[in-house]
Parts: sequence; C-alpha cells; structure tokens
Amino acid sequence: MIEPRVKQKLIVIGNGMVGHHFLEQLAARPEKELFDVTVFCAEPRPAYDRVHLSEYFAGRTIDDLAMGKVEQYRDWGFELLLNDTAVEIDRDKKTVTSASGTVKNYDRLVLATGSYPFVPPIPGHEHEKCFVYRTIEDLDAIRAASEGGTVGVVVGGGLLGLEAANALKELGLEAHVVEFAPGLMSVQLDGGGSELLKNKIEDLGVTVHTSTATELIEEVDGRLRMRFQGESKGERELLTDLIVFSAGIRPEDKLAKSAGLQLGERGGIAVDESCRTSDEYIFAIGECALYNNFVYGLVAPGYTMARTALAQLCGETSEVFTGADMSTKLKLLGVQVGSIGDAHGRAEGAAAITFVDEQSGVYKRMITDAEGKKLLGAVLVGDTDDYDQLLQYHLNDIDLPEHPEQLILPAADGAAPALGAGALPATATICSCHNVSKGQIVDAVAGGCCSLADVKDATKASTGCGGCAALLKNVVDEELAALGVEVNNHLCTHFPFTRQELFHIVQVEEIKTFDALLQKHGSGRGCEICKPTAASIFASLWNEHILKKPHVGLQDTNDTFMANMQKNGTYSVVPRVPGGEISPDKLIVLGQVAKKYNLYTKITGGQRVDLFGARLEQLPLIWGELIDAGFETGHAYGKSLRTVKSCVGSTWCRFGVQDSVKMALDIENRYKGLRSPHKIKMAVSGCTRECAEAQSKDVGVIATEKGWNLFVCGNGGMRPRHADLFATDIDDETLVKTIDRFLMFYVRTADKLQRTSVWLENLEGGLDYLREVIVDDKLGICDELEAQMANVVGTYQCEWKTAINDPEMVKRFRQFVNTDEPDEKIVFVEERGQPRPARNEEIVKIAEPA
Amino acid sequence: MTQVAITHTQWQPICQRSDLVADSGVCALVGGASGASKSIALFFIPGAEPQLYALDNWDPVAGAGVIARGIVAEIDGELTVSSPLYKHHFRLGDGACIEDEAVQLASYPVALDGDTVCIAIDEG
Repeated sequence: MIEPRVKQKLIVIGNGMVGHHFLEQLAARPEKELFDVTVFCAEPRPAYDRVHLSEYFAGRTIDDLAMGKVEQYRDWGFELLLNDTAVEIDRDKKTVTSASGTVKNYDRLVLATGSYPFVPPIPGHEHEKCFVYRTIEDLDAIRAASEGGTVGVVVGGGLLGLEAANALKELGLEAHVVEFAPGLMSVQLDGGGSELLKNKIEDLGVTVHTSTATELIEEVDGRLRMRFQGESKGERELLTDLIVFSAGIRPEDKLAKSAGLQLGERGGIAVDESCRTSDEYIFAIGECALYNNFVYGLVAPGYTMARTALAQLCGETSEVFTGADMSTKLKLLGVQVGSIGDAHGRAEGAAAITFVDEQSGVYKRMITDAEGKKLLGAVLVGDTDDYDQLLQYHLNDIDLPEHPEQLILPAADGAAPALGAGALPATATICSCHNVSKGQIVDAVAGGCCSLADVKDATKASTGCGGCAALLKNVVDEELAALGVEVNNHLCTHFPFTRQELFHIVQVEEIKTFDALLQKHGSGRGCEICKPTAASIFASLWNEHILKKPHVGLQDTNDTFMANMQKNGTYSVVPRVPGGEISPDKLIVLGQVAKKYNLYTKITGGQRVDLFGARLEQLPLIWGELIDAGFETGHAYGKSLRTVKSCVGSTWCRFGVQDSVKMALDIENRYKGLRSPHKIKMAVSGCTRECAEAQSKDVGVIATEKGWNLFVCGNGGMRPRHADLFATDIDDETLVKTIDRFLMFYVRTADKLQRTSVWLENLEGGLDYLREVIVDDKLGICDELEAQMANVVGTYQCEWKTAINDPEMVKRFRQFVNTDEPDEKIVFVEERGQPRPARNEEIVKIAEPA
Repeated sequence: MTQVAITHTQWQPICQRSDLVADSGVCALVGGASGASKSIALFFIPGAEPQLYALDNWDPVAGAGVIARGIVAEIDGELTVSSPLYKHHFRLGDGACIEDEAVQLASYPVALDGDTVCIAIDEG
C-alpha cells in the first residue's frame, strides 16, 4: 500500500528514447502517484525512434516513428515542456531553469540528455551544406539539401555513418564514406571483417575511402570540395553537394558540467551502479551517463539504466546497473553484420578461428580463450545465422564443443551443429526481443504448453524478429522429450510423414491418385485428414479437376459439392468478383438468379455477393445461369485463393498513387484456382491510407509513389496478425514474381490447414529466412517455384464450368439418386423479406394440420 | 462379396450400381412400411468387406439430411463417415457414433442383385 503524503517534485531533462522509457515505466507503476513530474524536451516533439531514423527516408512518417504522444503525457499527468531546453541547474536551490525562462523546483532530478554528434574541427565544417545525423530536423535539412544534387559524403564509417550513407543513397545521391581509420566499423569489427564489409558495400554502389583524413572543406561554384591530407591513399580531393558528419557521439554533459557534477576525463556524467551522479538527488541515464568509465551508446543498456534509476527512486535499492553486453547484430545497406563481445581479441592469450568464403562474401571469426574452451567474442559479416548460438555461448559462459570451429563452418550435411538446449542455464535469454529466458520457457512447457505455437502464445518468445526460432524449438523439444511427450508430426495414422514430406513424395514420384499414394507410402484406407490433404497436394501440383473420378471421394464437406454447406444442408454460392469490381449488368444477374431460386443474399467481407439456401440439385442450374452471364466460380468452398480486396485507387480517389483495382484484378485472375494448405486472402491498397486493409491479409499490396510495398503473412479472424513488410517499392513484374515464389513456397512447406501467419511463426529463421529464400534465392529453388506457379496459372479452369458440361459430374448433384423429388425436410421461412432456414419449433408448426 | 439370398418380398430395389460413387456416398429415397418415405445414405467402398453400406441420411446431431455427403474415414481400422456439418463419425457397419454413445444411426442390410442395389428396411 502506498501512504498518501506530499508529492515529490521530479524533473526529467531530455525526452529521447531513454527518457521516454523511464517515464513510461514510471507511469505503469503505482509510485507514479508519489511524484509531480515535469519533463524538459529541447526538441519540438516528444520522443521518437532514433534507432530507425533512417526509415524516415524510406517512407516512414514522423507519426510512425513517434514513441511518446503529447496526449499520453497529459493522461499520465506529466507536464511536458516541448521546445524548451534546460539551461541551468542550481543544486543549492534545487531548481532547473529553461531557455524560455521557466524555473522549476525539484526534489529529484533525472538527466537523460543523451549525446550529440561529434564534428571534427575541420576548417569549413560550419558550412551550411554540412550536417549531422541525429534528429528529424537534421534529416529534413539533408533531404532539402539533396535536391538538385548528385553527390553526398558521409564523414565517419561507423555504424551510424553507414546508416547515413544508405540514407544518402535512398535520396538518389552517389554516396561516399570517408573514414579516418583503416577499416569500417572499427569498434565492432576486426580488420578482416571490416575489409569484407567494405567490399560488399562498394558492390552496392557506395564508394568507401578508408585511412582518409579530411584537411579542408571549401565552397567551389556552389558545391563543396573536400581536400584530403597528403598521406591519404587514392583521391586527394572530392567534390560533393553535401556532407554528413557521423564521426561518433559525445555525451551531452554541458548542463551537468556547469552544475559542478563529476564528469569523466573525456566527458560523460559519472554515475554509480544506482545510476546516481555525484549529487545524490540527481540521476543520469542513457548516453549522457558514464558508468565504469564507459558510455553505453546502444538503446538497450539505456533502458536498463532507466529501469535502475526508477527502481532506486522507488526505494528498491537492490536494483543496480553493472554494465551491459554490447554485442549487436544488424543489417547495414543490406549486409548482415554481427559483433559479439571481444571482437578484436584483445584479451590476453586470446586465440582466433577464422572462416572466409570470398566467393559468397562471408567472413566469420571466433575469439576464444587460450584453451579454446570459452567464447570471448566473434565477428560475423555477410552471414549472421550463427549469431544467436554464439551469443548464447558467450553470455552464458558455456564450454565450447571439442571442435569449436564447427560452430562457424558450413556443415557438410547442410545442418549446423545446434547448441544443445540442455547446456543453457535457466537464466539464458532465448528471445531478446521480448526478454524471455530459458527458465520461462521451461515453466511454460511444465505448465501445459505442448507445442511450439503454445509456447509462443504463452511467452511471446520468437514473436519479434523470429531470429531465435531455431533455439526456441530446441528448448521446447528438449523439454517435451524430458516430460515424456512424444513429438509426432505425422499427418495421420495412415501416413508416417508430414504434409511437407508428402508433398515432396508426390512431386518427385509424380503420383497422381490417392490409391497409388496409399499403396506406395501409406496404410489402411485413409481418413478425413489425409484424403483432403492429398487432394490439395494433387491439385497444387497437377491441377486436375477436383471432382474427376479418382478425386471425388477425397474432398471434404464444401469441396465435395463446390459450394459452402450451411446448417440445414443447403449451400451458399459465391461467384468470383475479381477485385470487387462488378458491372451493373452482372449485379442484375445476381439479383435475378437469387430471386428465381429464392436465395438469401448477403454482401461478404471480401467484396462479393453470397447467395444462400441453394439445394444440392439446384447448384448446377444456378451455375449454368451464372456462367452464361460470364461469372466464374469464386472458390469460396476451397482451401485456395478467396478474394483480392481492393480500394478504388488512383483512377477515382484523389489520394491514390497507383491503380489498385487493376493490380487486384491481375493478381486475382492470376492466382484464382490455386489450391493451398489453407485459404488465402489478399488485398491491394492504392495508397498508404490502406483502405483495403491489406495488412490483415496473407498477401497485402500497398501502393507507393515508386511502385508497391508487399506485405505477407497477415491474418484477420480469430488470431489477428499484422502482416510483415516483405519488399518495398517494387515494380509490377517484381511484385508478381515475388508473390509467385512466396505462394508456392508456402504451398510446398506449410502444414495442413496452416495459414501463412502461423506458417511464418513456425518457420525456422522467420522473416529473414523467408526473404533469403524468396528474394535472395538462397536455396536455388526460385526458378522451380515460378515454373510450378506458371503451370497452375496455365492450367486454370473454372471448376463449375467444367462440371456443368460433364453429365457424369452433374449426376453427383442429385438430391436422391432414384427420384427427382426434393428433400422435404428442408424448410425455409421468411425474415426481413428474405428466406432463412426454419428453426425446429417452426417446422413442427408447419407440419401440423391447420 | 458374399452372396445374399434375395427374396423380393423382403428386399426392395432402390437404385442402380451406376448411381453409386466409389469411396463415397449417395442418397436415395425409399418408401417406408407406413408409406412415409425415408432418406437413405448408401456408401460404396470397392475392395472393402462388405463393400456396400446403408445408413439413415438424417444427422441427428446437426438436424439435417447430410450423412450421404460426408467423407469416408477409416478410424482405428473401422470405416466411418464423417458428417459434413459437425464432423461426428458414424460407423458404416452399424451406424454407431464414435464421439457420442447416445447417438445412433439406423443401419440397413443392403446388397447388389446384378446391377440393382437392394435394401431391406425393418418394419415399424
């Protein structure tokens, strides 16, 4: 219980990511009521995601990047003073004065002033075409300066400098990186790694000048000329339209310095493990703070400091900050880079194991102790698949295997030796996105989760970047095995294979009927699991009519009669309306058919019309009329492509940037008829407003000024999932090619009745792996996937058109094989002017004589 | 198949062999003893012993006449039909519901007389 008492005045200076995190955590605690909070923020807007700042140039808006909202601070009851820099701290009077002249008292003060970009004092660095890379205002200025220009230079080849170079490239400039040191990312990478990174980045069209010191910047004919020092290799000078300085950060400690707080020798506000400064009433967190003579320039340690300072403020003195691991994995200009621990092998006696594949551009280096027993550090460039496993060895101090080189060597049989989950301590972090430890996963399994999906649901592990999926599966499998749960992923008792394996068998052996499949690879007579699964695989591969003789008995409920069975045994009929576009004449036909056969009509969520209450024997008659009017089957009954929803797009909408209806039509007409492990829904939006709700679909397409953004694996319904951005600004042709590959890969590898969302969540390696397969063609199967899709597209037939022209198939739709009488047990009553199935009590009434 | 002695007083013809669909069901209407008609689901499983089965077409769980439209599934070595609406399994041999002992479909002797399918329906 919290005793009511006089509130303490708490001031937070700085509203960056760390300052915001501190306040967000405070707002979630009951102790919030103990403080009157005031926040000084030098920038004109509350905290935003600086880590993903570069995405501002790739189309993300200020709103997308925003972390704190003004209204949110109001709801929390925190006073937020935007655009008002704190300029003075009076520690005697315990006041903070701001640039606008506001003076506020404090009982406790938190400094979260962050850092500022270091600009080397090169003559000419104050020129108006010289920028830094830290705030949204900086990016706006860079964008403005880039207009009409052709060349941009980044001074600094560190992590942020390479981000900035990518941004310049995005702006259409010829990008250069000028680095004083002999290599790129010299903090995180060793010589070999940084050399390979340089080669890869140069392949991408960024020119890298290492060991190059700038001597002078001067204006020449409206452009900037950079002169390099005499001993520089290569070019002696460079003409550019703008320069971005990204030569490292320095702690923003001016305010603390003038207040007389203790600083480090090279700057930074010195804090102890409670995150207190030399003044016990003042805390410092994030990049402005110096702990153990080290500034932590990553966001995660900053968050840890924020939580520590908050805990201390709330009296939890045992919460301390004792440093943080600075290992990092990221993608720079599309190149995977990972750095763990002592990347340079500086520890005494450190030994290294290096693997270089110049052909595919991969560099991996492990640093071990002298005995080769412990992993001290690692550098990975070009392929970071081993990162998670190596990080576990490093963080948990696990003994390396006898031949540690196997950890980074490509395994001969294609499977990397996996770290036994049993070797990990309970405290080992498995999922760093959601901070889930092995212990929590073990508890979840012990608590009744019996599958990977259950564990994900319960712990959120592996639902972020997905990078830990393989390790998570390892832990879960091991725990399940320990509990004696047999992990059996056989399709059913008739086939000892997974769906994926069965697909492969059918494909390789070109098996075309269920009997043949059963005889060669199964046992018994089949069931409602393996029969429809086999039917779906046959359809995906060979695309024969589903009611062709050998396939008839394999179809489940709706596929059997190519219509959706409703509760009273009648069917609903859904003709295809591609993209939701329909002519008045066709609409009239739908109305006429519905009237003639007394069908209940309803508009579906997929922009079509559903006609309910058709008796079995009416289906061929109804379809005869619909097909005469130019309709095709809508496959509403199949595990196949349902609809491609679209907004009206640039043709009519004043905001549209592409013709979304045309694209939806093309896509729907391309993939209609494709049989898949489960139903597939798609949508195309004509602009970023996303009126077609594409991000809730298996395949979502959103128009951009330059082309299309492709989203995959979204879902609505019971388990909604936002689709993941898969490719950006691609043209029509690339879009279709990518969807071809994506769909076929899904059709090949998914489990039965597994939607794309769950499929992706269970895919080892997650979205990154999917991208490697589909975009980078890592497995070398993309040609085959495309050919397979071309076959499906080329052999499309309207199943209903074929059926009504085949007397044998039509026979199947008789209610009774021995009479034309209708089923008298089907009874309708009228409601709101339309028919509906009669309820039991209503049927009795009708049956009673009047 | 076993030869069943067919006397036309006991058995009535309901349809032709060509009306049946292999490994699946069809529905036929037969006149009951009282004159009221009845929907019968007929299953034809070539190679099974026996190969013909007749059950009530009415699914009491769903309250609809749909049994003939279910998929045939072998469960623990026994042939069943999975009702298309709520997926209850009924044994083809005797109509017993696997999921619920209280539910039972009537089953009828059925046999081929040449190319004619004949069924014997109990009185009452």
